[in-house]
Amino acid sequence: MIPGLPLPSPVLVAAGCGGTGRELAAYAPLSTYGAFVTRSIALDPRPGGPPPRVVESPSGLLHATGLPGPGLEGFLASELPWLLQQGARVVVSVVGATIQEYAEVCRRLGRAPGVAALELNLALPDAVAAGLLDAREPFVAAGVVAAVARDLPRGLPLLVKLRPDVLRVVEAARTVAEAGADAVVVGGAQPAALPDGRPAGLSGPAVRPLALRCVAEVTAALPDLPVVAAGGIADTADARSFLAAGACAVQVGTALLHDPTTAARIAAGLTEEPS
Amino acid sequence: MTPAPGPVHVTGEVLATKVVGAYTHLTVVAPDVAERFRPGTFVALSVGETTGATRLARRALWVHQVRPVGGYGPALQLVVEPVGPGTRWLAALTPGSRVEVTGPLGRPFALPKEPVSCLLVGEGYAAAPLFPLAERLRERGCAVNLLVAADDEAHLLSALEARRSARAVTVVTRDGSVGMKGRVADVVVGVLERSGAEVVYAGGRVATLHAVAAAAEDAGAWSQTAVEQPLACATGLCHGCPVPVVGEDGVARTVRACADGPVFRGDRVRWAELEDRSA
Repeated sequence: MIPGLPLPSPVLVAAGCGGTGRELAAYAPLSTYGAFVTRSIALDPRPGGPPPRVVESPSGLLHATGLPGPGLEGFLASELPWLLQQGARVVVSVVGATIQEYAEVCRRLGRAPGVAALELNLALPDAVAAGLLDAREPFVAAGVVAAVARDLPRGLPLLVKLRPDVLRVVEAARTVAEAGADAVVVGGAQPAALPDGRPAGLSGPAVRPLALRCVAEVTAALPDLPVVAAGGIADTADARSFLAAGACAVQVGTALLHDPTTAARIAAGLTEEPS
Repeated sequence: MTPAPGPVHVTGEVLATKVVGAYTHLTVVAPDVAERFRPGTFVALSVGETTGATRLARRALWVHQVRPVGGYGPALQLVVEPVGPGTRWLAALTPGSRVEVTGPLGRPFALPKEPVSCLLVGEGYAAAPLFPLAERLRERGCAVNLLVAADDEAHLLSALEARRSARAVTVVTRDGSVGMKGRVADVVVGVLERSGAEVVYAGGRVATLHAVAAAAEDAGAWSQTAVEQPLACATGLCHGCPVPVVGEDGVARTVRACADGPVFRGDRVRWAELEDRSA
């Protein structure tokens, strides 16, 4: 359980994989999911990077989108009200070019009515290329969390998405928890490269075993810290294995790009008895 | 009852396959997809077995025809050019195969309110959506002129059928194997002038669409272009298919080929930038 964030379903839509919400809503009501994590929102609008942005790889997708987005004002004006109207529990993913930008975006989101929680995206596999803060060192991640937590309204849960670096993920989870994170998101995209050498993230079934190892390491070392698992979860059995490893919820991402009904089916599947 | 708008994700069945020149035409029945189809929208098919698929990106395909098939209701005819592992897998499907279909996706061609003269320009397999469009335009009393183009005869889509569905048809191939020798860009200005078209619709390569949009603008005609980009999810979720445009408000922005397109007003696309990216 994540304090302050009741989840009617442990299945969340992962950041960057639900479009603006409108596209995903065509396949199942957004209230179906435990929460809808938005694409990562920065202070200013971002056009995103050059194509190709998403490239197929065996059992995975490589992505270097450059995080296109409407910026904070655009998000608050158009995307957030629509998501809330749909009955979505909205977790806003946040990125920034500096620690100050993270803090400012979070401060203003903290005043926006209806936001259920924030998720600091400190797991960007292509941060430098995208002109954003590179939080690969755990102490940098902790610095962002401390700056954000200082000004956050009481009771607004703060999730922190960590780089899925198996060797350092426990250290990162511990430092961000000490700095004020209420929960961590563990597993996501692995740092990789596009065929042309540009930095990218690798997601999908290819990363699932690595993600499971990361989740298991963190839950074993920090049993009191809520862990949301991400990384290649594509069916109910995958979700169960991450929950069995100690995660309190799972995020479904790349599988939605393959089949937009996946997360809704997993949410339904988890309510049934295991066969 | 009118079906709800928006796409569905369903398991379809391949009813027939037919090799025509360089393409394979797949006839697929997919519940609720054909009923919602409008010319310019498209579908995305999964590649590989439904469980344990190693290829995650969908393959987006144009709809060439929607026709009732006895006992099945309306079926989609899709055009596949087998060039990579995914499209080769799709082209090798046999009747009775099950395949996951998402659609219809994207925004369709806008139809004129008045019965005006229209020119439809299609290159290669991207000419496919212009055939159902031609039917809709003729139902509205529009004069339909067609310009069909390809690299060679094998890549020319339905030139025979084109002659049945249009008032005037121009065929152009790069190698001159059928029709005139040349590219769309070489002939579009003349064809546009002869047709007196007030609206131009086009599907094809980015450079071709650019030439068509420019010719239309010079002639004072509206243009609607179906922009094809590599799509990973095809549903608007991943933001992986950027198209640089100028918005209604005059502000330059980047939108998605799949969800905000594939059909864009020709005068709104920043073609030079898109061409650089597609090169």
